[in-house]
Amino acid sequence: MSQASPGKEAWASRIGVILAVTGSAVGLGNFLRFPGLAAQYGGGAFMIPYAVAFLLLGLPIAWVEWSMGRYGGARGFNSSPGIYRAIWKTPAAPYFGVLSMIVPVMIYMYYVYVEAWCLAYAMRYLFGAMDFGSAAEYEQFFSAFVGEGGHGNALMIPGEGLLGSAVFFLVVCFAINFTLIYRGLTRGIEWFCKWAMPALIVCGLIVLVRVLTLGTPDPAIPEQNVLAGLGYMWNPGTNEGGLLKSLANPEIWLAAAGQIFFSLSVGFGIIITYSSYLRREDDIALSSVTACAGNGFCEVALGGLITIPAAFVFLGVAFVQNPPGTFGMGFVALPNVFGQMPAGNVFGFLFFFLLFLAAVTSSLSMLQPAIALLEEGLGLGRKASVAMLGFITAVGAGFVVFFSKDFIALDTIDFWIGTFGIYVLATFQVILFGWVLGVDRGFEELRRGAEIRIPTFFKYVIKYVAPVYLLTIIGFWFHNEFLTVPDEPGKTTRLRQILDSLEVQLSLALIFTVGILFTLLIAQSVKRWKAAERAQVEVIP
Amino acid sequence: MTLGGWIVMALSVGGMTGLLSWCIYKVVSTPGSTEHLHSTADIETPDIEDD
Repeated sequence: MSQASPGKEAWASRIGVILAVTGSAVGLGNFLRFPGLAAQYGGGAFMIPYAVAFLLLGLPIAWVEWSMGRYGGARGFNSSPGIYRAIWKTPAAPYFGVLSMIVPVMIYMYYVYVEAWCLAYAMRYLFGAMDFGSAAEYEQFFSAFVGEGGHGNALMIPGEGLLGSAVFFLVVCFAINFTLIYRGLTRGIEWFCKWAMPALIVCGLIVLVRVLTLGTPDPAIPEQNVLAGLGYMWNPGTNEGGLLKSLANPEIWLAAAGQIFFSLSVGFGIIITYSSYLRREDDIALSSVTACAGNGFCEVALGGLITIPAAFVFLGVAFVQNPPGTFGMGFVALPNVFGQMPAGNVFGFLFFFLLFLAAVTSSLSMLQPAIALLEEGLGLGRKASVAMLGFITAVGAGFVVFFSKDFIALDTIDFWIGTFGIYVLATFQVILFGWVLGVDRGFEELRRGAEIRIPTFFKYVIKYVAPVYLLTIIGFWFHNEFLTVPDEPGKTTRLRQILDSLEVQLSLALIFTVGILFTLLIAQSVKRWKAAERAQVEVIP
Repeated sequence: MTLGGWIVMALSVGGMTGLLSWCIYKVVSTPGSTEHLHSTADIETPDIEDD
């Protein structure tokens, strides 16, 4: 067997690194959540706060998390409560870590369910069970599959029984995820990111070409053409009232920042945990920019060009303006595209299966922050920690599946944790970095081993711009949603939703219950850390 | 699709593609980058070895 030359090996490993780093950030947020949110908030209008958030919040706060994680790791901590305690010498510091526990754990509860939808769709394509005749039939199938019509309906699809149901695939996904993490088989993920993620991107590019060449599939409805679909996605001011009215709504800025954080895994508590395992001389600056860029490319250039235009062309503007939940649009729109492609079943299988695998890598990483706390704070072994988390997340996922009518539980938890919770955690972390750790000390950590030089300009962004930006938006949002009565008929507020809906109240009760559980676990961890520190002082007088 | 739409699309898609291309160039052109660059997927947690 001939040996590869050193030059070839170097190229292969560099390409491997690019693929692994960019691929690690790709997940359901890019292809499914982003189009759903962009559609809800007016397409092109959404892109303005989205771009601002990417530059002023996403990139800088990704650096913040990588730096604080490595800083804490060098001081012996891997869980975010421990890392916050290492940075901020106050008894309250570790308790801010409650958010960095409940955010990934509770997102896992619904993320694994959407992962199950991907697996189910992939299997249906594999066995040729996705050949529906019209766009309306695809919509009806999805609605029945996820139980949109009533609570408990996701347990069984009429005519197909339990084996075709979303619940069955959820159980399969839980089994796969927890087997991988319980048996410590997560190392294979690096290999997967190198090869399966590029395959997903290539598959996405092929689907994109098909979407852009759809023209006007139904001549009877000439206004539903691909150019108009692209217009819905990209024209600023698609919504009623135009661009300025859209931008005057603080929730669009909150949702855009939340989406940036969600898809970059910033404000999740994941990056801070993983970076605590890095060596002091490792690069964190270029690594995080490359991950953010790869993720942004998949989201904007693929997610933004495929899903909304396809939904617009096949299902019309009414569907796009009122999509089936935040994650549902892709499951209704994309099967229509595959139905118009040669070898559509093969592409349908490949796309949803690769998306499922991408979701597996993301969902496994969501469990690591809580595992780190249980090991570090309570002294549990990995397997005991995984078993405990398995129980907590299974209860939560069951809740999401049962309260399926209009995606009420999924969308409520996605907003309060996947948007609001992430937002609050990112705000806390950027203030901790800029004002407690100190922006100079933080940048010293960031620049150690860095393969690129981060401009000093970002010191001011992190210390002043990002906190003011985040706090201003949340202030206006809180005022609009909790302190004012809407003047438009039919418009509701978050306060109204909480007061009027029992399901929303139960979803928030679940969030608080998980929050209390992790507060107690952190309190126990603090006791152990203090005892260990006292013991160290006694040994070294 | 309006002119504004074309501009937003070109800036968004072009911006992300440009940033990714620059990152790829930096990774490829920086000596030793492969040993120092990491993602959450390739970072090994020591607890896996403990079990």
